[in-house]
Amino acid sequence: MNELTMIEAINQALNNQMRANDQLFILGEDVGANGGVFRATDGLQNEFGMQRVFDTPLAESAIVGMAIGMASQGLTPVAEIQFMGFIYPAIDQILNHAARLRNRTRGRLSCPLVIRAPFGGGIHAPEHHSESTESIFAHIPGLRVVIPSSPARAYGLLVAAIQDPDPVIFLEPKRIYRDGKQAIEDDGSALPLDSCFLLREGIDISLISWGAMIKETLEAATLLAKKGIDVEVIDVATIKPLDINSIIDSVKKTGRCIIAHEAAKTCGLGAEISALLAEKSITALLAPIQRVTGYDTVMPMFKNEQHYMPSSQRIIQAAIHAMEYR
Amino acid sequence: MTSKDSNIGLRQYLDSGGQLVQPLPSHINHRTQLIALYQTLVITRLFDEAAVNLQRTGQLGTYAQSRGQEAIGCAIGKAMLADDVFIPYYRDIATQIQRGVLLEEILLYWGGDERGSCFSQQKHDFPLCVPIATQFCHAIGVAFALKQRKKNNVAVVTGGDGATSKGDFYEALNIAGAMSLPCLFVINNNQWAISVPVQQQTAAKTIAHKAYAAGVAACQIDGNDPIAMLIGVKQALKQIRHDGKPFFIEAVSYRICNHTTADDATRYMQQKALQEAEQKEPLIRYKKFLRQYQDWNDEDDSELYQACQLTVDQAIEHYKNTKPQADGDFFDYMYQDLPADLAQQKQQFLDDLNRHE
Ligand SMILES: Cc1ncc(C[n+]2csc(CCOP(=O)(O)OP(=O)(O)O)c2C)c(N)n1
Ligand SMILES: [Mg+2]
Repeated sequence: MNELTMIEAINQALNNQMRANDQLFILGEDVGANGGVFRATDGLQNEFGMQRVFDTPLAESAIVGMAIGMASQGLTPVAEIQFMGFIYPAIDQILNHAARLRNRTRGRLSCPLVIRAPFGGGIHAPEHHSESTESIFAHIPGLRVVIPSSPARAYGLLVAAIQDPDPVIFLEPKRIYRDGKQAIEDDGSALPLDSCFLLREGIDISLISWGAMIKETLEAATLLAKKGIDVEVIDVATIKPLDINSIIDSVKKTGRCIIAHEAAKTCGLGAEISALLAEKSITALLAPIQRVTGYDTVMPMFKNEQHYMPSSQRIIQAAIHAMEYR
Repeated sequence: MTSKDSNIGLRQYLDSGGQLVQPLPSHINHRTQLIALYQTLVITRLFDEAAVNLQRTGQLGTYAQSRGQEAIGCAIGKAMLADDVFIPYYRDIATQIQRGVLLEEILLYWGGDERGSCFSQQKHDFPLCVPIATQFCHAIGVAFALKQRKKNNVAVVTGGDGATSKGDFYEALNIAGAMSLPCLFVINNNQWAISVPVQQQTAAKTIAHKAYAAGVAACQIDGNDPIAMLIGVKQALKQIRHDGKPFFIEAVSYRICNHTTADDATRYMQQKALQEAEQKEPLIRYKKFLRQYQDWNDEDDSELYQACQLTVDQAIEHYKNTKPQADGDFFDYMYQDLPADLAQQKQQFLDDLNRHE
């Protein structure tokens, strides 16, 4: 068992699956000699060769389109998009092809690929490097969208994503790439791609989040505990398909729900979760559902990014408000 | 400069030792003009070094240096007319400086402040472009607008060698050719796209060859040669103003620095190649040229460096003394008028801010 950061855990999972599956290929910009700009693929080209870990020319649409072609013929491509902000040229391939190939061919062809991309703010990155647009992908039928929030979940979920028979968008919260270590058994065991993770049990409020924002939600939960408010924290992790049942079960217990995400509010995943709760368990609610999110603005450049990203303070304030309903 | 010659040869006036390899045309042979070009090279270099130091000391964000590639941007800046429109990518501070963007504005941008793109002295140029190659498409739109208004101006767009692998590049180039748009494409072929060498980026013989497929006239210029770059860009602009058709320049240079301050080029760049490239860089070459042909001496040189350093230092002071944006400014420029729902969010933001302070 090694103590690993999230970025090391991702590297470990890739390495493990490269060893397990000789049809697995890694492609993307700067994934070879450079090992990725965040070092997710560090050492892999050295170990597995230029044929299996290769730098592509700078062309996101072609990276994903090529991965689709490879996947259709039985290979297992894991494509890296350097930052989520640069995935958009590939939206055509993702939406029109990766997500539809199985359905269009009634299962004759399929698309077992993984697209990894770092996302989110908080690292003082340049313009276009800090957005959280996961719900764009969650909106596309036929995709899986996965977001880890700890080294161990990054390892297990990435293994699962690679082994999954359908296209997976694997979004990595880069703010917590190097934020603490966890002991990880490199045994290639996968985590489920269809269930939330219960990170903390509580009876007063269900606090729902994912990715880097888990840090603020756990922080808020600890501080709220001191005020006598007992918060349950759920990491959604697999935002598509969404395990709404676990969330409903929690809300049935607590009667209060706060959803926190870094992405803009309008049409963020919080809206979907909130709508599902209203549809399926409105009678369980004691208080209105609250969303603590980024604003409907462009992500500010880094001088002001901390103003955009939800703080634990904002979550606490929402929780105190929720407790006013009994 | 015709699209007929598909044997692209590197155009050069100065070799790496600063020797003229062909006589200077008379329009470029004035001492003041030649020294003004040098001044822009020096100020760009000094600014670049200062920016890296600011980044290292936590006073600036990630910064993309232009070390060794200054000749390209300086030439573009000197050759363009004020009414032409510049559509840059992120490694184009040399041209920005020539276009009236203030040094402190450039620092603001890389310091994570949107006001760095709100140029106070430059009204129509685009801000730096980060999503690779998307700017080429804007340039043809700008060129269309210039043509539509019957202005004899040119849209000048830049990008890197890596950018020429992307669809947007080919799409824009093709439209420029098909629609005969007054657009100048200048590619800074600095041999690298972060860690990927240009040989891995394309099997095309030169980047300029890519223009031929689109029916766009092209040439390849020694991008480390400030004189060849200046003459090349001037000629290209003249030709575009004359025939209204697009033109393409591949400027061959070398990135003798990290990709950005977040990069570590020692992971992939051979020390030997870097040292060779450093021998050919534009500032050393140009200084040798001035010394040999314009009686430039060490005293002249240090005077000029001091003056430039002073300008850079003053800009840094301005930058450091710039007041932060007002809280919630990031709401105010989303639309011309703040929509009601966003106004509510802004109010909520300000209330929360006050409560937590
Ligand atoms: C569409 C897109 N993909 C990836 C990136 C990340 N990235 C930033 S610079 C760069 C390399 C660009 O190389 P080149 O075009 O040669 O320009 P240079 O930086 O060498 O001047 C990459 C991959 C980006 N900014 N935009
Ligand atoms: Mg380059």
